[in-house]
This record gives sequence, C-alpha cells and structure tokens, in this order.
Amino acid sequence: MPQRQTGPTSGLREVMSPAPGSPESRRRARRARRLRRDGLAWLLVAPAGIAYVLFVLRPMAQSVQFSFYDWDGVTQSTWVGLDNYVQVFQNSELYGSIVNAFELIVYFSIIPVALGLFTANTIRSFATSRLALVSRTVLFLPQIIPLVAAGIMWTWLYASNGTVNQVLRIIGLDRVTRAWLGDFGSALPAVGVIGAWVHFGLCMLLLLAGMTKIDPALYEAARIDGAGPVREFFAITLPSLRQEISVCITVTVIAALASFDIIYISTQGGPGNQTLVPGLAIYRLAFFSREVGLASALAVVLMVLVLGVVLPLQRLNREGDS
Amino acid sequence: MIVARREVWVGRTLLVLLMAVTILPFVSLFVTALHPAGTYPPGLQWPETPHWENFVSAFNVAKMGQLLWSSVLIEIAVVPVSLVIATFAGFALGHLRPWGARLVFVAFVLGLTLPREGVIVPLYYQMRDYGLLNTRWAIILPLIGLYMPFAVFWMRAHFVNMPEDISEAARIDGANTWQLFWRVHVPLSMPALSSLAILLFLWTWNQFLIAVVLVSDPLQRTMAGALGAFQGQWGTDIPLLCAGSLLILTPTLLVFLLFQRQFVSALLQGSLKG
Repeated sequence: MPQRQTGPTSGLREVMSPAPGSPESRRRARRARRLRRDGLAWLLVAPAGIAYVLFVLRPMAQSVQFSFYDWDGVTQSTWVGLDNYVQVFQNSELYGSIVNAFELIVYFSIIPVALGLFTANTIRSFATSRLALVSRTVLFLPQIIPLVAAGIMWTWLYASNGTVNQVLRIIGLDRVTRAWLGDFGSALPAVGVIGAWVHFGLCMLLLLAGMTKIDPALYEAARIDGAGPVREFFAITLPSLRQEISVCITVTVIAALASFDIIYISTQGGPGNQTLVPGLAIYRLAFFSREVGLASALAVVLMVLVLGVVLPLQRLNREGDS
Repeated sequence: MIVARREVWVGRTLLVLLMAVTILPFVSLFVTALHPAGTYPPGLQWPETPHWENFVSAFNVAKMGQLLWSSVLIEIAVVPVSLVIATFAGFALGHLRPWGARLVFVAFVLGLTLPREGVIVPLYYQMRDYGLLNTRWAIILPLIGLYMPFAVFWMRAHFVNMPEDISEAARIDGANTWQLFWRVHVPLSMPALSSLAILLFLWTWNQFLIAVVLVSDPLQRTMAGALGAFQGQWGTDIPLLCAGSLLILTPTLLVFLLFQRQFVSALLQGSLKG
C-alpha cells in the first residue's frame, strides 16, 4: 500500500513546488523517499512474514483453539472450556511428564554448565594449545549429530552387556550394573546423562570463548590483592560470564523442557511413565489416543512454561548489560 | 610456578578424560558394527574377524542411496529459500527500518523459544487439509516457517551492525535501495550467510519430530527421521543397527569436518563485533 502512495506524492511535488530549493519542497521530497523506502521494506519482509504467520503463528493460535475442545480429529468437536487444562494438572501421568521435564533440567542444563565452567576455568591457561584446539572439534561432535543418533548410541551403551556395565564390572562395581534404561530408579537419570553428554561441549566452548575475552589485567590485580584461585573465580570469572551463562542455560533449558527425540528413541517414556515428557505425551495423545484437545492443552502449557522460564533469564541477561 | 604447572596437568588430564567420554559412544558403535550380523556382542570388544560387509548390507537395507537423495531434495528446497527470505527481512528490519519495524521484529523474536511440540498437532491437520501429508512438502514448508525467527534475528543483527558509512557512500554514488542491497550488502554478508547456511543445513538434516509426525514413509524424510524408522525396524539386529547408524552419521560428520574452519571463523567474527 505505501508503495502506491509514492506515485501521487511525487507527482504533487512536481506540480506544487515552485521553488525547488525551498525547505518545504526538500522536506516533501524526503517524505516521498521515505514512503517509497518503507514500501520496499515491507515488500522485503513479506515472504518471511507470510511463512512465519502461516506455519508458526497460525498453528500456535490453533493449538490454543483446539485446547478448549474435545476432539478426536475426525468427528464433530465439542466445546469443553477449561476441562482439558484441569485434566493436564489432575492426571498424574500428564502432570508427571511436566515434573520429569523439570527434573531433566538438572541434567541438560545444570550439569553441563557447572562442569563446563569448571573445565573451562581449569584449561583457560592453555586455551590456545594444540590439545585444546583438538578438543574443540571433538567436544563439538555431540552437537552436530542428530539427537536420534545420540539416543541409539547411548541405548546400546546402557544395554545389559553394554559398555557402561562392562566398565563398572572392570572396576569391581558388579553390584551396580543393571539395564539402566529399563530400571524404574535409573531410567530418568540415564536419559538425563545423554542430554548432559550432548550439551556439555557447546556450553564448555561458549564459556571458554567468554573467558578468553576477560581482561588479564583483572586477574593480575586480583593476584596482587592476594586472591586465591577460588576467590578469583567467583569475583572475576563468574560475573564476566553472565551473558555466556545465560545463553547456555536458555538453550539447554528449552532442550530439556521440549525434549522428544532422545526419549522417543531410548525409552518411549518407559518403564511405566518414568521418563514420559510433555513432548512425547503430546505425540501419543494426539496421534495414538486421538485426544487432540487434551494434547493441545498440554502443548499450550508447555509453550507457556518455556516462556515462563526463559523470559526471566533474558531479563537477568539484560540487567547485566546495563 | 609449580602450582601453575600442576594446574595445567590437572586441566590436560580432565580434558583428555572428557574427550574420551565424548568419543566412547562412537567407538562402541563402530566396533559393534563389525561383529557378525544378528549376534549380541558385548558393548566394547574388537571382533575376531571384522565384518566390514555389514556396512554394505546396512547400506542396502536402509536404502541409503534413496535416503541421501530425499535428504538432498529437502535441503535444496529449505536452505536457499530460508536464506533468501530471511536476508530480505533482515535487511528491511535492520537497515531500512520502516515505521513499525520494531514491533514486527519482536513478533519474530517471540518465536525463538517456541518448542516444536507446541505447533505440531495443528501442523498435522493443516498439512492434511493441504493434501501434503506424506510428501516432502510437509517437511519443507513448516521448516521454512519455523526457521524464520532465528534466521531473521541472525540476519537483522548482521545488518544492524553494518557501518552506516558504507550505505551512505553507495547512495551518494547513485545506487538505489535494490542495488545497495545486491551490490553492497549481500557481498559483505557472506560470512553471516554462510554460517547461517551451515546451521540451517544441520537442523534440517537432523530434524526428527516434524518428519516422524508428518511423513510416514521414511524414504520421504531427512536422515534423522529415517534413522528413527531404521531403529524401529532393525533394532533387534544390533551390529546391523550400529552399521546403519554410522552410515547415516557419515555425511554429517564429513560436512562438519569440512566446514569446521568456517564455523570457528564465523564465531570469532561474531564475538569481535559483540
């Protein structure tokens, strides 16, 4: 629309401005240019905008719409108000899936960030050595393979005669060996460890890159003031890494709450519902039990949870900047 | 000095240990793939005679040729289109900045945290209504939409950081906006574009949920989706499963090792700007 307006406006300018150099005509010319530029700008945004509206915003809105209905995907749907949401929080299976997802945050986020901080801090002094450069490639590997592949590898590692149990037997811990993914007590932590394996490298390398940007003079000053390595870490390293840490936590928390691939491959939510997560529950409800409304309600809850966890993290990050 | 040296040794040992843990699953997969098909070997044991032919039979059983072709088709449709329309939008929102650009940008950013599970159910019915279920379009179209938040965010950040002088110089030389975009900004955006291309390539290759839900024929999916189906079908024949998984991983690993320098240099440039 604005593009079409530029025609008449520029025509007007030619007819009505008697003095080409006057400030009035210059302002009009600038306005016409602006309008034309805005028109082009919106034309350029349009394809991306249409794709985004059509395949993201529209389905999002539809998830909300579906969540108020009881629908099997085929026959007529019936309005049930908030019943589906009530069920999400009352059905122990669905509620449990949300609890499981939060438990996974410990493995997907906290362990990789904590271990990443510790490792990056220990190897900071030789961050440019050959070993560190090789490690950059190696530790990045879990990030580039599909999560499905990580799931398959680890399922095999966790098998009753898999590598994990082999190693445990070698160091004399025969009693601990078990089918890790089939055991009620160990299934969720075992799945969590897969997530930790996937995310550790990314976190460590991001944190290490952040550490190499810290001004060495700060450390020298701290040494002169007699600070030990521990004080140094908490007084200088940690505060300087606020941005990197918040990036790591944001990425991994989303991965934990919205996990699907690893669990679909390794446990299918079992044993029992020990490793059921919202993503898998939505999949099962919508496409196997044909409870589209309930699946959508859980999907909406999941989206709100992710936003609820991530937005405060971003605010923390921004406060650190100012 | 002695303390510092001990610190270095602790660090080295830790690093080697962590690398070993990272590599171990790959090694276990590899040695298991060499055991006789249909057996149930221990997790980490070199076979008496390595059965290299497992890779050949996995290649045939998994229909790797067709899978590769399917993945390539999807990549060819998704990556260039996403790159072009995200660059358009990023240029408009980051450089031209029309009235209301901020609002539209915020709308895009809102999608950054969206879990795929939040939209997968409506997407299924949408694709059914379009008659596209079980075709590659059911993967291609939603992926382009889902990539927009990140891709637009990334390209806008790039154009915002571009020094204003360059554009002004081009304008004084008489370039219009279109020329400014193609002759000046796009050539200068190559590093940002190529790292975005690598990321989009990987994400498409590894996409699982969309593929599993919207396309039931593994031969119409990308690699990760096909791998899921392969596991379902051959999960009981461990050596064959391991060989197939490794084969499906190989293209990703090759691309990573080839473009690793680009990855690193892009990251360094990003941090220099920040």
